[in-house]
Amino acid sequence: MGYILIFITAIFVNNVVLSQFLGICPFLGVSKKVETASGMAAAVAFVLVIATLVTYLLQIYFLDPATSVMGADLRYLQTIVFILVIAALVQMVEIVLKKVSPSLYQALGVFLPLITTNCCILGVAIQVAQGTFAAPGLDHNLLTGIWYAFSTALGFGLALVVFAGIREQLSRVAVPKGVQGMSIALITAGLLAMAFMGFSGVNNGLEKLFGI
Amino acid sequence: MNYLKVLFNGIVKENPTFVLLLGMCPTLGTTSSALNGMSMGLATMAVLIVSNFIISCIKSLIPDMVRIPAFIVVIASLVTILQMFIKAYAPEVDKSLGLFIPLIVVNCIILGRAEAFAAKNNPFASILDGLGMGLGFTIALTLLGGVRELLGTGKVFGFECFSENYGALVFVLAPGAFIALGYLIAIINKIKK
Repeated sequence: MGYILIFITAIFVNNVVLSQFLGICPFLGVSKKVETASGMAAAVAFVLVIATLVTYLLQIYFLDPATSVMGADLRYLQTIVFILVIAALVQMVEIVLKKVSPSLYQALGVFLPLITTNCCILGVAIQVAQGTFAAPGLDHNLLTGIWYAFSTALGFGLALVVFAGIREQLSRVAVPKGVQGMSIALITAGLLAMAFMGFSGVNNGLEKLFGI
Repeated sequence: MNYLKVLFNGIVKENPTFVLLLGMCPTLGTTSSALNGMSMGLATMAVLIVSNFIISCIKSLIPDMVRIPAFIVVIASLVTILQMFIKAYAPEVDKSLGLFIPLIVVNCIILGRAEAFAAKNNPFASILDGLGMGLGFTIALTLLGGVRELLGTGKVFGFECFSENYGALVFVLAPGAFIALGYLIAIINKIKK
């Protein structure tokens, strides 16, 4: 039951874009068409889960035990190690995907290399490594961490695709001259965030329902 | 090269937040009050000035192929130093900014200025560029934080302007960030014309 709760909380209640403000750049940048938005969402989901897995294992088996094994506390290297791992990982995913599934590689195209600077990847990796994400009734371990990363990626995809759909419609109507461009996009995003605020409290209700 | 022009370029003409629309995550995520916005702006400015300086000094040593990873390592090291510094000397700031301090690494402004300015210009001009861009970012974040704090709670920097009962709490919450920034950009576009 706890897993369902993590899933719903990460997608609706604590949405990564609309309430945690992670990954705003791709959210505003590649949301003009639903098609490109779904490509970006797929690429992010792919990299986010793999990056979380690798960085979590590095944290548990390399950075954390370094104090007792090598006599040096390496945990302060977290940011540097994580961002390098993510950059290398994105590069590797690109190479492997090119060989294994050229069609998927073609579909993701230019979005893959852009993911390195997407702050939701580094943000979620740090949250999972530090065990600061919401997992009521469950331990922070590899399985819940990966599940949280996957749910977050779905939440990112949902917000991105819904927003792209609204912006597609928005391009067909007359927008007042003063707020054209990024201004109206931000105001629309605000209204979307307001809609998602309607889900706040749902997690508490579910917690009671499941008896956690 | 006109150094004064380099300095003011980042504050007005190419303001990273209102004109270039870079670094949106910290802009929206940390501006729930003017003070939070200003601390985030100053933290980013510190990293930006030093990273611009270091990258400008070592630009001829870095092979072109590994340019970006090298920049990221420099920036990540500086952010780690800053993170430890803030944890030690300003624990309240660490608490209120939280996750967004390590995320300065992936702030597009810093990598963007390294690539677009510091890799091509001398160290002194790079410091000025970092200072200008950093000030532009700080001013933008303080302004946005001030507007949100005022509309949401009736205070600016903690000083009461009107009673909290008349504040619209939504401006302190997530939707208010998007809406306030949207209207600020519209107003600034209008003024610039």
